[in-house]
Amino acid sequence: MEAKVAAQPVIQMQAPVPKSVETPATEEQHAIKMAARDVCVFYGEKQALFDVSLNIRDRSVTALIGPSGCGKSTFLRCLNRMNDTIEGCRVTGKIELDGVNIYSSRVDPVQLRARVGMVFQKPNPFPKSIYENIAYGPRIHGLASSKADLDEIVVNSLKKAGLFEEVKDRLNESGTGLSGGQQQRLCIARAISVNPEVILMDEPCSALDPIATARIESLMEELKQNYCIVIVTHSMQQAARVSQRTAFFHMGFLVEEGDTTDVFTNPKLERTQDYITGRFG
Amino acid sequence: MSEAQTVDQDRLDWASPEAKRRVRRRYGANWRLQAYGIAAIALAIGLLGILITSLVVNGLPAFVQTKVDLEIYVDPAKVDAKDPAKGNYRVLVRDSLASLFPDVTNDKEKSDLTKILTSDAAYILRDYVVTHPDSIGKRITLRIPVSDPFDQLNKGVIPKEVDALSWSQVRWFERLRNRGVVVEEGGRTDLKLEVFINPTKIEAGPPPTGDFAAMARDSLQAYLPDVHDTGLFTMLADDASEAIKARVTADPALIGKTVQIPLPVSPPYVTLAKGEMPKVVNPRFSEAQIKAFDALVAKGLVHTPFNWELFFNADSRFPERAGLAGAITGTFYMLIVCFSLSFPIGIAAAVYLEEFAPKNRLTDLIEVNINNLAAVPSVVFGLLGLALFLGFFGLPRSTPLVGGMVLSLVTLPTIIIATRAALKAVPPSIREAALGVGASKHQVMLHHVLPLALPGILTGTIIGMAHALGETAPLLLIGMNAFIPSVESMGVLEPATTLPTQIFSWADSPERGFVSRTSAAILVLLGFLVIMNMMAIVLRSRFERKW
Repeated sequence: MEAKVAAQPVIQMQAPVPKSVETPATEEQHAIKMAARDVCVFYGEKQALFDVSLNIRDRSVTALIGPSGCGKSTFLRCLNRMNDTIEGCRVTGKIELDGVNIYSSRVDPVQLRARVGMVFQKPNPFPKSIYENIAYGPRIHGLASSKADLDEIVVNSLKKAGLFEEVKDRLNESGTGLSGGQQQRLCIARAISVNPEVILMDEPCSALDPIATARIESLMEELKQNYCIVIVTHSMQQAARVSQRTAFFHMGFLVEEGDTTDVFTNPKLERTQDYITGRFG
Repeated sequence: MSEAQTVDQDRLDWASPEAKRRVRRRYGANWRLQAYGIAAIALAIGLLGILITSLVVNGLPAFVQTKVDLEIYVDPAKVDAKDPAKGNYRVLVRDSLASLFPDVTNDKEKSDLTKILTSDAAYILRDYVVTHPDSIGKRITLRIPVSDPFDQLNKGVIPKEVDALSWSQVRWFERLRNRGVVVEEGGRTDLKLEVFINPTKIEAGPPPTGDFAAMARDSLQAYLPDVHDTGLFTMLADDASEAIKARVTADPALIGKTVQIPLPVSPPYVTLAKGEMPKVVNPRFSEAQIKAFDALVAKGLVHTPFNWELFFNADSRFPERAGLAGAITGTFYMLIVCFSLSFPIGIAAAVYLEEFAPKNRLTDLIEVNINNLAAVPSVVFGLLGLALFLGFFGLPRSTPLVGGMVLSLVTLPTIIIATRAALKAVPPSIREAALGVGASKHQVMLHHVLPLALPGILTGTIIGMAHALGETAPLLLIGMNAFIPSVESMGVLEPATTLPTQIFSWADSPERGFVSRTSAAILVLLGFLVIMNMMAIVLRSRFERKW
């Protein structure tokens, strides 16, 4: 199996990417929200991403799939400059948000992260009350002018995350006392509390049971009406269920990218086919 | 296939004697390892137990203080109501005590009795009268501490009577008895010695005069030629020379000859000859004092209440009046200075090094040096404080300010290391969560990481402070072992002493009362340390978070 991987010429992996970028948007496709151009990421001497170019469409779910260590999480963390916090991490190329390069010196990474929110693999609520968990973001960004405003933001965020009914009587209890699935929805509520344009989700369901996973997935279905969502997932079924666009990463290269139905039913490359059918990964 | 067969052939026989022996050995090794551990722990606990027991046994008596209820008539003739601070209180105390013993009349005997009470008794009375001016002209009862020897006597630490003879004096007498020199006849005990009537020492007379006592001594010395100790001659009674003189007067022809004369022995040896150990009143006391003290006990005037003065009095030359208030206050001021310097500096340094500093050679060097600093002997910090704070900056000597500054050098490494560990223990997911909603680095730090790390930081700080509490050497170098007789004058910029340096000073004092007070002070210091460590443990267990 390994011999097969090595046999793949590097040039072939990259080949389809520019083509798909050029593809004109069809009617049902939404406007391009974020666009990556020739993004390379280095951790010290080691290169983790090679010339990745990818368009991310608004009001839809883009799934990043690929085997472990393929660079999909690294790419995701480039989209809100989370990699900046890692010592020795260097990014080249361009990532545009609404046509502005987020790596240009005029962009403040802290503001960017408010616009491009993130939900992590392991639910990580602050060890504070449920209310405080959600109120924190709006408070530091000055989104609420009064206590009533703040209350409204908290309630709306919880409602959007589908958690309000479950926790409305215990907003002052600790966020860490919730179940895993509830914690993850709390984290989603926290991410949308600052009214972001893009939500990045790094394997949001890998620590959850199937029922909680289903809830998060249906939540994504609703959220994509208003947000641009990028999700990293190891579950091919999940990518097929929730996403409209899929990008397959392997060994730091973006191998194939396209409409989810196309990628899963009619992959252009043998490597993609092999991964999707579970022959490696 | 062939491989599997070989394995089958070589399969170990778990029932063979070798295998059983291996199992036995393994169990033996396991058991021995545990036994070593248990032995080590038992040894450590045993030593600790010995230490604590000896401290408690020595120190407990200092937690009570022998006092006498003394009724005093505050004579308006001796105390001026307009200026009560200038009364003749010494005489008042002396006469009040003497009035309990009508047979004591002259001033010398009265003064002798006054030594039962602490030398501070007059000041205790003065302080009382100054604060209660209406007591002038009335009879008041004050509970006055007794002086150290009587305190120790009452607590049974020192005996009322001691052996009158030393061990060697007893042995010398035994040697004479074994040679048959000791003669007991008709209630008298004599030494039948060969006495050389030395013509160079006497005039023939009549009556003969001269140094008969020297003759008696020489003859006794001749029996014990190896003894070179004038203590030997106390064996002869004062009238031993009289016996020789009487003999020579009766027969002047004996001059220049050697003659056997029975010489009387002194009273303690008479008792010893009867087979009893002779006793005398402890030389610290006079007979009159002992009699008077026994009378006070018999009258029910002597009490041993809890010694609050140990905590509320400052230091004193007299152990019965010495307390730890000065040392506790000094320690308190010093720890405040130490805390207010080392806590913010330590946290700031740790936060910068852990969260913001780039990883390069310089920060590596700083890190290594902070760890090294924790291993520097504290006396070196004391020298630094002496040279820098006192010598170069000219800060006032012996003060809690300088002590706190020096000790903050001692505690800083502890606090920095503990803070960094606490910051490291905050999981990265919390930082990511905060960064993910658009918090800046300093907001992540101040709003999330520091509050979560605070219990760990406080635990480290308390342990650092406990360390500082017990430091002695650097404080001695900057002179923080001042003699502080009053708490009122104390301050951050005034000379002070601390608990460990107070222990050091008391341990140096010869009075019996300071010996027990040293142990008591150590117990108080240990008490403070235990309280601080308990606080650290409570903080840790109450706020500890499992991620």
